[in-house]
Amino acid sequence: MSIIVGNDTKLVISGLTGREGTFHGMRNRDYGTDLVAGVTPKKGGQDVEGVPIFDTIKEAVDEKGANTSMIFVPARFASAAINEAIDAGIETVIAITEHIPVHDMLATYWKARDAGVRLIGPNCPGVLSPGKANVGIIPAQFFERGSIGVVSKSGTLTYQIGNELKQAGLGNSSIVGIGGDPIVGSDFIDILELFEKDDETELIVMVGEIGGDAEERAADYIAENVSKPVVAYIAGFTAPPGKQMGHAGAIISGSSGTAEAKKQALEAQGIRVGKSPTETAQLAAETIGAKA
Amino acid sequence: MYPLAALDLLEYQGKQLFAGHGVPVPEGRVADTVEDAVAAAEEIGYPCVIKAQVQIGGRGKAGGIKVAEDRGQAEEHAKAILGMDIRGPRGEGPFTVHQVWVEGASEIEAEYYASIILDRSAKKLLAMLSTMGGMNVEEIAEKDPDALIRRHVEPSEGFGVEQASALVADAGVPEEYREKTAEALVKLYTAFNESDATLIEVNPLVVTKSGDVIALDAKVTIDNSALYRHEDLADLEEGFIEDEQERMAKEKGLTYVKLDGDIGILGNGAGLCMSTLDVVAQAGGDPANFLDAGGGSKAEAIIDALTVITSDEKVRAILFNIFGGITRCDEIAKGIIEASDQIDLKVPFVVRLDGTNSEEGLGLLADADLPDLHVEKTMLGAAEKVVELAGTA
Repeated sequence: MSIIVGNDTKLVISGLTGREGTFHGMRNRDYGTDLVAGVTPKKGGQDVEGVPIFDTIKEAVDEKGANTSMIFVPARFASAAINEAIDAGIETVIAITEHIPVHDMLATYWKARDAGVRLIGPNCPGVLSPGKANVGIIPAQFFERGSIGVVSKSGTLTYQIGNELKQAGLGNSSIVGIGGDPIVGSDFIDILELFEKDDETELIVMVGEIGGDAEERAADYIAENVSKPVVAYIAGFTAPPGKQMGHAGAIISGSSGTAEAKKQALEAQGIRVGKSPTETAQLAAETIGAKA
Repeated sequence: MYPLAALDLLEYQGKQLFAGHGVPVPEGRVADTVEDAVAAAEEIGYPCVIKAQVQIGGRGKAGGIKVAEDRGQAEEHAKAILGMDIRGPRGEGPFTVHQVWVEGASEIEAEYYASIILDRSAKKLLAMLSTMGGMNVEEIAEKDPDALIRRHVEPSEGFGVEQASALVADAGVPEEYREKTAEALVKLYTAFNESDATLIEVNPLVVTKSGDVIALDAKVTIDNSALYRHEDLADLEEGFIEDEQERMAKEKGLTYVKLDGDIGILGNGAGLCMSTLDVVAQAGGDPANFLDAGGGSKAEAIIDALTVITSDEKVRAILFNIFGGITRCDEIAKGIIEASDQIDLKVPFVVRLDGTNSEEGLGLLADADLPDLHVEKTMLGAAEKVVELAGTA
């Protein structure tokens, strides 16, 4: 197994006809992802390198059996595209687009939740299940198939850690970029739950960064619900104290959101936290008992 | 994305936003010279309050808010406040005061704390109200947690008179002030939604001797991603960048934050860039900046980045830490080679290229054989090297 994307994925891409959409869509297809359709309003009937384009996601679902959608449209149209995917009966929506207004995402988040649709992102690199499917912009060549699940707020940092794991002779079940926006469709906890149930995953690497309290909540969740070993990394120890006008943020989360606070919360639950991406990969290798 | 995802309004800008949505605020004027401040005070009448306009809390404690009883005091306070440097309660800043807001002093009967904020964990808006206004909310929560009433806004319900009235009653606002307080909260909620805010905090929201409810302060944070639909607010952003390098970076479309150290840093992706700062600090170095070149950087962006980094005279060595995903390492290498043609880099330079097309990139750098350019294979090795070079440069 693997999580979120795999051999059953039938992908439709909103924004496939754009320059970036075509580039990454074709890379996903070349990797072996079953790319069944693209969607661009008023371009229905055309094709992109043999992939049929429809006006609506609904048509892609009805005619091609699409079950997963990737959102690659400009920010101001992106939440509408996600909403369209939800209404069309898509099961999993992976939103790559960055800079989507938070208020738009707030409404879209609840729409997805109420419809039972799994939403990943926005502002994320996507999901890769090595050897099976790649949906998004993760460069698949740096990852091997294996038993480590990776969940991360950050794109390039994930590639860095994935590559270090590969050099240590380790591979991945799935790599999930959840994005670092204030409102994301899936939090660490949602993905940890999937990895815990996934029989291919033996160890989980969690990559966080400063801001919010998702890491702190994940630490508590892991202590209660995750039996598999977890290794974490947090970026942003040297980040300057940001401008903070109101104090209300710290009150709701009960956490300062600093890297140190996150590290302490994780370590308090017995989760090992690497000091650098390299050490994190070493800890994972050590824990899983491979030859580092 | 950290660190430029939000726009913090100055108090007077927040109050203008409130006024536009019918939330009562005291009459006032903004001034950027002592002369203008005195003229504003004369026009408004005494007593009046002179308030430093900086994007940070804790102004009162720092001496940035003073009451003037007459012309002489208005002049004295304006002189003291304009040009002063204010640091935030967590050491943020310093922020230099370029403007003051002069407003009529209010006769206060009661002070409340009110805020609306995006709760990232719950994925809902959260409205908070307390009758213990004036002190900061952390102090309220510590002193008497029950005195701070918190209510999530249910997405299906919104926040209208019904919800606001319940909140006001729960907070223990006296009967006679409830209607006007609830009305102000509903208008703040409307302002929050219509301006794409992620935070509105009013502390204090006051009841005056005449029974009016007015916002005496305004802390408003706007979501940068939504600025495209708020042109009036987007214009404000430009005025806030004081640092020379930060201004240059903004013009060139780079995500840059100035830090205090002497090692210039460029990474691709915010996470990797933050991680690079951490690893350099662990190696004993002191980063001069955060600069995220972003995904898919081309040679031109690298030249821009180097122009910004080297214009900071504190920089004694530079580290490029690139893991190419969408970004191609040969493009980065071309950028470095072109930049070294156009700019006098002056300081030693460490490059670590990994990922997409790294072999081509490293090949280009080897062929160019640039003086004082050091290639390292790993992130940790590169951090150690740049720290060593900064020490001996």
